[in-house]
Amino acid sequence: MALEIAKTVDAKGLSCPMPIVKTAQAIKDVPSGALLEVLSTDAGSTRDFAAWAKSTGNELVEQTVDGGVYRFVLRKK
Amino acid sequence: MSDTISFVLFSGTDDKLQAAAVMSAGAAALGKRVNIFLQYWALDAFRKDRIDLDHGLSPEAGEAGRAAVDALRAAGQASWKDTLTQAKELGDVDIQACSLSMDLLHLEESDLDPLVDGVEGVTAFYLSAEDGEIVFI
Repeated sequence: MALEIAKTVDAKGLSCPMPIVKTAQAIKDVPSGALLEVLSTDAGSTRDFAAWAKSTGNELVEQTVDGGVYRFVLRKK
Repeated sequence: MSDTISFVLFSGTDDKLQAAAVMSAGAAALGKRVNIFLQYWALDAFRKDRIDLDHGLSPEAGEAGRAAVDALRAAGQASWKDTLTQAKELGDVDIQACSLSMDLLHLEESDLDPLVDGVEGVTAFYLSAEDGEIVFI
């Protein structure tokens, strides 16, 4: 079953810490329980998004990498 | 882990200011309260007539370092000014000028870029820092 994405943040091409900064900003705009999708090309993303999710309490539901593009799906706390 | 982190910015070169802006924005994204205290050459770089100028790099950068920094910028890396602007939009980031450095550089508050929230002394800075870490850059 495909997950229903409430909002997508395209952070491709942005360097650290902008993918996380854009994500922290964007998650303010979705309701609790909604899913936020983030696309990033920053190589530090995998560890950064795991750490950010753990620290902020938002759930990292899915993470994949395809052709150098990292995709994260986060469920807002 | 304290929810406050404080940075003392002393160096006024673009590489150190960039590193400080990245650290600040990352902390803001984690929901930390961020204090930035501007001293000496870092404060000089926040003058509104100079903030957009090239502030050079640390001596250890050398020519190869200069080329690497230029390449990252050409690839679209946000400037330290833009990074700090976004950090302030995102979270609780307070930027204060050191009053002693203001005297040293003969500056008035009106000489500073609007990113700077005010002027304070070292005592007020320590009070804002609470029991959080203080990082000197």
